[in-house]
Amino acid sequence: MPMLKALLPPLLWILGIQSALTANLGNPNLGKPISPADIARWDIDIGRDGRWLPPGDGTAAQGAAIFAEKCSVCHGDGGRGTDLSRKGLPSPPALVSDQKRKGIDGSTTTISNFWPYAPPLFGYIRAAMPWTEPRSLTDHEVYALTAYILAENKLIDSRQVINAHTLPKVMMPNRNGFLVRFPEITPR
Amino acid sequence: MKQRTNTPNDGNAVEQVAGNGLLHRRALLGRSVAVTGVFGTGVGLGVTGAAAESLVEPPWGLKIGDNSPAYQTPSKFAKNVVRTLANPDFEPRSSVARTPHHLLEGTTTPNGLHFTIVHTGIPDIDPGRHRLLIHGLVKRPLIFSLDALLRYPTTSRVSFVECGGNSAPLFSPKPIQDNVQALHGLASCAEWTGVKLSVLLEECGIDPGAKWFIAEGADAPHLMRSVPLAKGLDDAMVVFYQNGEPLMPGNGFPMRLLLPGWEGNLNVKYLRRIKLVTEPAMSYWESQVYTEPMPNGKAYQFTFFNEVKSFITRPSPGYELKQPGIYEISGIAFSGRGKITKVMVSADGGRSWAEAALQAPVMSKAFTRFRMPWRWDGGAALLQSRAWDDQGYSQPTRAEFIAARGELDAVPPVAAFRNHHFNAVTSWAVDPHGTVKHAYA
Repeated sequence: MPMLKALLPPLLWILGIQSALTANLGNPNLGKPISPADIARWDIDIGRDGRWLPPGDGTAAQGAAIFAEKCSVCHGDGGRGTDLSRKGLPSPPALVSDQKRKGIDGSTTTISNFWPYAPPLFGYIRAAMPWTEPRSLTDHEVYALTAYILAENKLIDSRQVINAHTLPKVMMPNRNGFLVRFPEITPR
Repeated sequence: MKQRTNTPNDGNAVEQVAGNGLLHRRALLGRSVAVTGVFGTGVGLGVTGAAAESLVEPPWGLKIGDNSPAYQTPSKFAKNVVRTLANPDFEPRSSVARTPHHLLEGTTTPNGLHFTIVHTGIPDIDPGRHRLLIHGLVKRPLIFSLDALLRYPTTSRVSFVECGGNSAPLFSPKPIQDNVQALHGLASCAEWTGVKLSVLLEECGIDPGAKWFIAEGADAPHLMRSVPLAKGLDDAMVVFYQNGEPLMPGNGFPMRLLLPGWEGNLNVKYLRRIKLVTEPAMSYWESQVYTEPMPNGKAYQFTFFNEVKSFITRPSPGYELKQPGIYEISGIAFSGRGKITKVMVSADGGRSWAEAALQAPVMSKAFTRFRMPWRWDGGAALLQSRAWDDQGYSQPTRAEFIAARGELDAVPPVAAFRNHHFNAVTSWAVDPHGTVKHAYA
């Protein structure tokens, strides 16, 4: 039985009868087909392994100028935090820090002491930043800001060019620092 | 310890079922015991002798009232029944609004009082222009308008939503003196109506290689969370209605993902995109924010379930018990795994326990109201509740929880989120003046 259960979805897939099954459940089938080209502007998630990183590149030097103009107002000069982030309340965090983790205090986690993968940094900046003007940065600018934050945290050499090939190779120190809370429901 | 006690003055026999005045829950059903209401002052057994004032005709019965508004708002006498705002001046950071559990009853959170956390303000989404895209490892990427989705077979279900950061102040090494709204106000419960996500996924044709999906919101943060596909095919929904009316803007208007029982942040609001993938994205939200640093230096990730929890809402900090007598202990229990089967209440800090009455119907992954009659003798009391679910899980004591998860080195600001997924027993201390305070026991 478990074998049958495992084989059934691929079998249905091959036979192409999934939509026939759902049609029987009263599905009006009103989804409209859309092409990859028309999806592109929204297809902005980045795999932890760097999958789906776009063309383009940037360096820390380029990123420093963009950061000063568009990011430091909330994240502080050089990304080192502001009075707001030091209040201990949910706020724009310091992005550059040599803070060590203290006990179970999640407010002491940082990009350099905690994030397991580097590509999601690109993904987050591109999706959500700057706070007042999300989705306004070019991919080159996002690469440059990613390079700047990684270099200031001494996770890459300051002259390193960051792009779809180099970003996934950045080794984050806490890569193996996590335990899956519910392995029984978490696909590996 | 069971004993029968006779109260002077009224002659009613009420069975004490646990220490420090907990009475049999049967007393809730009978006519023999007066219990205090939401706005009550705690007049109970043994205080029936005082003479009442003679009645007069009050002014509201002597004139025309107000016109009916198109959308009702509460009485001005209930104007304190509101959410608390952690970012009232809208500084450039998340805005957090908490549910006033101590002022509510039953199991439904009114829509205006449902907790909300928004990271870049509440978006002003035109539902006519909003689209839901499903793509990635599917046979046919499809895009849906709200009008189209409203023609699908709809389902309603009651579900709580709880932020992973709810109860975070209880990681403090000392009890933070604040009320149940500040401590547990990031959980709410509503009836949600929408379409089963499985119906939409199957319309797209699921590639057998898909193991996860990434859900993304349409608002400024474009928040992304990774969800095991099995949840999407189980009880996940795309919902449009909350307690019968369109979703509140803070709760995801015009549509949100509902993952019953799972960490609030995963229930992506303003849902606009679902991408089927082979592995999680490890987005900011799951790489840093919604993780739980552990005492051993590791950190938990993918803490999907909100585990079984309960807390007493009445009496709770802020209440003053005015005189000894009968009071009703009332609270909320819920489990992200299933149904609440039992809530035990203690009035003596856990030395003895008695089973509370559960308000029917008890629904899976929904708030369950529990009640317990209690005779306060005017002395010190320590009130606790502890819940069990039908999947075999029980709410841990604080000692059990801290042994596994640790606690902070110093007292944090009450609104800070220093760790997540706290679900241990909460204790309220009643002193002989009738003042209720947060305590550890």
